[in-house]
Amino acid sequence: MAQLEAEPPVVLPDDPSGGAEVQVDYPGYRSTRWRVAERPLVTLPEEFHALDGPVFGDDAIGQFDNDLTRQHPGEPIGERIIVTGRVLDDDGRPIGGTLVEIWQANAGGRYRQKKERHPAPLDPNFNGVGRVLTDADGTYTFVTIKPGPYPWPNHQNAWRPAHIHFSVFGNQFTERMVTQMYFPGDPLMPLDPIFQSITSAKGQKSLIADYDHDVSVPDWALGYRWDIVLNGSNRTWFESVDGPEEEH
Amino acid sequence: MTDQKLYPTADQTVGPYYAIGMEYPHSEELVPHGSAGSIVLSGYVYDGNGAPVPDAVVEIWQTDADGNVPAVSGGINRRADSFSGFGRSGSDDEGYYQFTTVLPAPTEPGKPAFFAVAVFARGLLARLHTRIYVPGPALADDPFLTRLGDRAATLIATEVPGGLRHDIRLQGEKETVFLAYN
Repeated sequence: MAQLEAEPPVVLPDDPSGGAEVQVDYPGYRSTRWRVAERPLVTLPEEFHALDGPVFGDDAIGQFDNDLTRQHPGEPIGERIIVTGRVLDDDGRPIGGTLVEIWQANAGGRYRQKKERHPAPLDPNFNGVGRVLTDADGTYTFVTIKPGPYPWPNHQNAWRPAHIHFSVFGNQFTERMVTQMYFPGDPLMPLDPIFQSITSAKGQKSLIADYDHDVSVPDWALGYRWDIVLNGSNRTWFESVDGPEEEH
Repeated sequence: MTDQKLYPTADQTVGPYYAIGMEYPHSEELVPHGSAGSIVLSGYVYDGNGAPVPDAVVEIWQTDADGNVPAVSGGINRRADSFSGFGRSGSDDEGYYQFTTVLPAPTEPGKPAFFAVAVFARGLLARLHTRIYVPGPALADDPFLTRLGDRAATLIATEVPGGLRHDIRLQGEKETVFLAYN
């Protein structure tokens, strides 16, 4: 490591300030065992990035792609919700025209996926898949059904908290990321190793939507607001912006 | 980093059921399979035991055959008249991924040509970024690859008939170099 530090900073040694933001080898999540990289990420200096994009246009989006309750002849069963927010860079600038993809379980906690073994009913009127482009101020909006929690085989009596998977692109491919949005007050979050792999309270909070009464539409749907802040450095788990986190 | 920076949203795993949300027709065909000038970029994703990873998502983002960074849509609904530069391939039960595309050219003459790559999978709590470099003389002088020493080999594709072969090893002795950015 000393050799590397003496040279121009092309390869960054393992950062001892560490303090994992996402503890990627979190042992409670068994699937990490043979999949987590054991070596530190290698830092690629900015002059080597050179690839803005990709660009997605309106042709990527179908008419009801952002309304998961209107993709079938009938209405899906469950609690109708609106999920909206903005995609921003870490300077707070909106990222407009970027692709946001979501997928989720239905109200009973069942995914429409052939590998899925949870014996909860499929809903013939719900695929659980959505797609949208952000508008100029970075805003995305989905109408969907609140997903149910579901069991998974990680450990005895393991249940995932209710969540929606989000895939986001951003302005540069360096910002490309996939995450999950959770709902406030879910008692399963403290028990979930995937959520608990986020080792700071602020990091965990970054994944929990706020209930927003101004987003709720009377007599129709409850509203949740969740902003997504992209960081092209891909080093979020090395750095704590505001210093030490409280223990939790 | 300053206090004005917004706190970035944390990563989470893509999970086992990504396919319902991320699969779409021709996602792995940046150009039609078998079309003139097309190549196949393919390989396997392995875990630290050397076992295939059957539920990985490999995404590529690349320049076109003239070294331009594409700025047109078409990564989702493929278009015959333009090259979007974006592709996505879910690995199969053998861990195999495959793209049909064109060979990327360097953005400047003499520089390396490469595919920017993102990898997601169950068990990966955060995105992995890496690169697949097109083999050729330009790699010898590249300062970044030079600094990687022996590990540079994990980023360089192998020429095979019809295209390029490149395996991604998530963990272990020949672990692929994964990237952060500054």
